[in-house]
Amino acid sequence: MNNQVKFVQGNEACAEGALYAGLDFFAGYPITPSTEIAERMSIQLPKIGGKYLQMEDEIASLAAIIGASLTGHKVMTATSGPGFSLMQEALGFAVMAEIPCVIVNVQRGGPSTGNPTHVSQGDVNQARWGTHGDHAIVALTASNHQDVFRVTVEAFNIAETYRTPVVLLFDEVVGHMREKLTIPEPGEIPLVERLKTSVRGGVDYHPYLPREDGRLPMSDFGGVHRYNVTGLFHDMWGFPTDNPKIVQGLLRHLVDKIENNSHKIAMYKEYYMEDARRILISYGSAARSALHVVENRRSRGERLGLLELQTLWPFPYNVVKERCSGARSVTVVEMNKGQIADQVKAAVDDPGKVFLANRVDGVLITPTDIRNFLRVIQGRGI
Amino acid sequence: MERCRMVFSGSGGQGVITAAIILAEAAALHEGLTALQSQVYGAEARGGATRTDVIIADSEIYFPKVNQPNVLVCLTQEAYTKFSPIIRPGGLLITDTRYVKTFKKVDARQRELNMYETVMEKIGKPIVFNICMLGAVIALTELVGADSIMKTLENRIPESFLDMNREALDLGVEIGAAAKR
Repeated sequence: MNNQVKFVQGNEACAEGALYAGLDFFAGYPITPSTEIAERMSIQLPKIGGKYLQMEDEIASLAAIIGASLTGHKVMTATSGPGFSLMQEALGFAVMAEIPCVIVNVQRGGPSTGNPTHVSQGDVNQARWGTHGDHAIVALTASNHQDVFRVTVEAFNIAETYRTPVVLLFDEVVGHMREKLTIPEPGEIPLVERLKTSVRGGVDYHPYLPREDGRLPMSDFGGVHRYNVTGLFHDMWGFPTDNPKIVQGLLRHLVDKIENNSHKIAMYKEYYMEDARRILISYGSAARSALHVVENRRSRGERLGLLELQTLWPFPYNVVKERCSGARSVTVVEMNKGQIADQVKAAVDDPGKVFLANRVDGVLITPTDIRNFLRVIQGRGI
Repeated sequence: MERCRMVFSGSGGQGVITAAIILAEAAALHEGLTALQSQVYGAEARGGATRTDVIIADSEIYFPKVNQPNVLVCLTQEAYTKFSPIIRPGGLLITDTRYVKTFKKVDARQRELNMYETVMEKIGKPIVFNICMLGAVIALTELVGADSIMKTLENRIPESFLDMNREALDLGVEIGAAAKR
């Protein structure tokens, strides 16, 4: 048997993806339903010369990986809603200081300690706006283990390309269920490695002076260059400034580097979309139920399609607008009170044709739930 | 093949979840089938009625949960009371005679099997009760071969425990095959 084929939980698929991407430093504080990621890391990282640190809390976890990233490592932490709340301060720091890092949030029911062992997709807006101040963020998700692996690798690539934190928003169902995962051969998925400065030791290095293509080469902190890293607005040396021109320029840069590349960051999958009259939009475990319904309805000749989003932030407004332009109805299937449905309404020409098919009771939305929503939307009643 | 949706239930510590993982892994890695295993976590996992879902098919599986199982295994009275109403009409309901007294009439083939006491009599270790149950399930359903289960066990448990597990699996297969007739 090929030992690159495994039967694993989604959390393990995420851990495998991170290792494939070159992760060699993980710091975390275990929390249901994300614990298996930390567990897997604690077993695997020492074997490859990497470091696993169990921290005292989630604040320290994100702070630790930020520090490790600055010294040249590929880093990740994993948590769930309550821990992700604690991470918001350091997440803002990582945005401001432009630190490549990956933060996994395996979502459970909230607010607060909420519904620890049950599924939810309630942290979508928290990923977008949980930390204060104008900023851009990247958040990705997936609905099956092969995609969890792939999206995790892409999270590292995006983090390195844009020098940004990337949030992986998985959920309890995908995190805990077990299915087959085939680990790709090395090289099968391209990896983006750290862009390091060519400035030699002893020569001034400007950590926040972009190259012509806008990218910022890094120098391993503690190595041959001395420089400053701060959460304050800063100049090209990394030192604090309140110069209005520099403040505006930096804020614009932080937003634009992500928003201007949203078409490159947009990952999504289309099922039967070419001729779809009615469209489902979904993501994460809810997309599994949506796809079940679509396959089932298609076999009866009904023109139903599914747009499965993998990039949630920056929200792919153009993709959604274009794909939904001819649809009679667009039904967003998600397990929250309409966090992505609101974005879809903002994206399409006619928000009146956008409906929410949701469930917020800790139970995975079922194909029957979705069929019933569709019947109501079509005026056919339950 | 017909898509098979299964629920294994019992109490925490009986190994029903482990048995489900082994079955699903055997199907996915050694039988070329698609398999998916999930479970409901929560207070239930600590003593109450534990439940795990397994779906085995020869096509893609999207919705990962089981609403109406074709095969339902109940290893405690509590699990039987709680889950026997969800069985799919015409399905297969397996209970253990030591733990479950059946009282309901369900629209299913009921098989009350003497698994626990056979394991205790022949092997003397309750730890392999779950593997005996798995043997009975594969004999009754013919979903995966005993070889595939053994291959999976070889990857998962220490060598010194393999013989005991093989014995328990064979016992289960015998019990299941006898109940099939």
